[in-house]
Amino acid sequence: MSSGVVPAARPLEKQPKAIVVGASSGIGAALALELARQGVWVAALARREAALAALSAQAEELTGEKRILPYVHDVTDFEAIPALFQTITRELDGLDLIVYVAGIQPSVGPDEYDFAKDQAMMQVNVLGAMAWLNLAAARFTRTGRGHIVGISSISGDRGRRGFPGYHTSKSALNTYLESLRNRLTQHGVHVTTIKPGFVQTALLENAGNTFWVITPEQAATQIRQAVEKKKQTVYVPGRWRWVLLIIQHIPSFIFRRMNF
Amino acid sequence: MVSDPTKTQERTATPTRTNGNRRQDGRSLKDARPVLALSPERIEPVSGWGKSAASTSHVYRPATIEGLRGLFRLARRSGLTVGFRGTGNSYGDAAQNGENILVSLSRMNRILGWDPVSGVIRVEPGVTVERLWQYVLGDGWWPPVVTGTMRITIGGGAAMNVHGKNAWKMGPIGDHILAFDLLLPSGEIVTCSRENNRDLFFAAIGGFGMLGCFTSLTMQMKRVHSGLLQVDALATRNLPEMMAYFERHLDDSDYLVGWIDAFPGEKHLGRGQIHRAVYLPPGADPDPAGTLRLEAQQIPQTMMGFFPKLWLPTFMRPFYNNLGWRMVCAAKYMASRTLEGLEGKQYREPHAHFHFLLDAIPFNNVYGPGGMIQYQAFIPHTAAEATFSRLLALQQEAGLPNYLSVLKRHRPDPFLMTHGLDGYSLAMDFHITGRNRARVVKLAREMDDIVLAAGGRFYFAKDSTLRPEVVQAYLGADTITQFQALKQRCDPDGLVETNLWRRLFT
Repeated sequence: MSSGVVPAARPLEKQPKAIVVGASSGIGAALALELARQGVWVAALARREAALAALSAQAEELTGEKRILPYVHDVTDFEAIPALFQTITRELDGLDLIVYVAGIQPSVGPDEYDFAKDQAMMQVNVLGAMAWLNLAAARFTRTGRGHIVGISSISGDRGRRGFPGYHTSKSALNTYLESLRNRLTQHGVHVTTIKPGFVQTALLENAGNTFWVITPEQAATQIRQAVEKKKQTVYVPGRWRWVLLIIQHIPSFIFRRMNF
Repeated sequence: MVSDPTKTQERTATPTRTNGNRRQDGRSLKDARPVLALSPERIEPVSGWGKSAASTSHVYRPATIEGLRGLFRLARRSGLTVGFRGTGNSYGDAAQNGENILVSLSRMNRILGWDPVSGVIRVEPGVTVERLWQYVLGDGWWPPVVTGTMRITIGGGAAMNVHGKNAWKMGPIGDHILAFDLLLPSGEIVTCSRENNRDLFFAAIGGFGMLGCFTSLTMQMKRVHSGLLQVDALATRNLPEMMAYFERHLDDSDYLVGWIDAFPGEKHLGRGQIHRAVYLPPGADPDPAGTLRLEAQQIPQTMMGFFPKLWLPTFMRPFYNNLGWRMVCAAKYMASRTLEGLEGKQYREPHAHFHFLLDAIPFNNVYGPGGMIQYQAFIPHTAAEATFSRLLALQQEAGLPNYLSVLKRHRPDPFLMTHGLDGYSLAMDFHITGRNRARVVKLAREMDDIVLAAGGRFYFAKDSTLRPEVVQAYLGADTITQFQALKQRCDPDGLVETNLWRRLFT
């Protein structure tokens, strides 16, 4: 059974295939479009059906083909993921790249300790990533090729005072991706950790003071380039690397007194 | 006629699917019927013999018919299709079922019955030609049709209806199959022969595994009176000379095969070398018991007595470019011209040496990561010389000369999806690289037009480049409708598919 959307495989005419988890808006939507423009067939996953349909229509307008296949999915529906992964790889007829973008950052007050919010963040930002990327890792290990990308954040580099749950989730994602990389390199599989700074998305609403803000489209282009170059860890935009290098080295006796 | 790119898009936009299980936009799994997720442990990368066509499948290796039935049930529960694979020696995507279940039949490899008096053998589909000839030779029999490699399975060979170097005389392998059992996706087994279920018999042989799975095949072997063949090797200066030789010797030969150096043009176009062989008549071999022993058939592991053949791919790699290979081909031709000459050289050679060149020299391994494809065109004999000359010239103009061409003579056969005709085939190997891939695709399309215009046919075991329009043109709409109707009857839920089927028939 083919999807009826992706053309049947032709041996000499390679058609790259990608999954983008968390694609209804922001970086995920921009990246799905960016990939579609580059000739990739993209399975786009998100909860919001209408947004996905609009994205798919936009891709068709841009490329003349239904290059974005929408799938309605909630990443916390963990039990459904193995079957959905199998269905998608069948309907895409292959998989070369998987990008986990899904992430939430609820607003958290300075003295707020809300376990429900922390739990939700860990489920979407970390456990969802594990549920999806474990499957991709198992598959790519056996096929000896493939590329796994996780969209993390500069927030994962240091536990600042603002968003304990969010920092924790992104730092957990960084460590998970690093472990995957260390496991999978020997099998010919690439793993890229993307650490965006401030990107003009829904998450930015709760982020407080922001600067060097880039659009999701700019972020998507840089992510696509990082994937093409098979980079390991990339800050988006790149200058954040130097800022975070400094922040990572601020000693605790100063850091805990800093107001950010 | 065949190079209209919009057709492909129309086809994919409105697929003619038989099972109606179409993806709907934005469908979540909760809306669909529950799908069983298969364990990732069965995921394997799979490629064709040419190594240019690759995919990923859930690969299962059942040993019994019950195991096969279980896989049909598994496919239904997991929302996947089932494709069959023997030893995977089809060059392209015929033995692949990407992202679905691929059933390797290599474990169903028992010989179920052998009558050394009548020469009738009954085998499971995973028995290889290697196993077959080694089993029957000692009793003075040889498979009537063998391919250039002995690693193929009988099941796969029947599904693709393979031929050998005696195709004009003995036809394809299907002409020697007396009966077979076919397991349908419903779990039912149908016994087919020229008397019973005739339509299925002539459609499943050459039906590239689309109607069901062979579970046993009964074949007639051919009597031989020696383990040796009388071989005649000679050089020919051009294509007309080679084809004239073929025509002169159709009646007094048992095997005929020509190698063509595809590099030189004009008056040298199609220069090459012929190997012709005949069976020894009773009494000609002073020691038939000796030459029929397996030991006498061992394929030598060295060339010229000292050079290990396993080293050949590594050694040849620097020559796998147009300049290097032109030199290799020229050297091969000159050697033949000098050692064998135009008059030819006669010698006796064991059957296995003569037939299984592809096992002696693994041509698919020398081409590097891009692999190779084979383009085999079957042309009616009146048009063959002109058409092959055009194809060779076209390749030279495109800067894509093929690296190995093999000429064979064929005859028509009664199988529905056949590639056979009263004429010749030229099988041509093309080296595939990242840089030439798109140009080879374009060249193949141009060659398709020439072959169709000459009333030619193609062969699924070799194909990597055909398009649905081309297949419709050479098979004819009636044939395809007939085959689709049989498929609908045998496999109403569309459970059996391969990459080749999806590429050419949906």
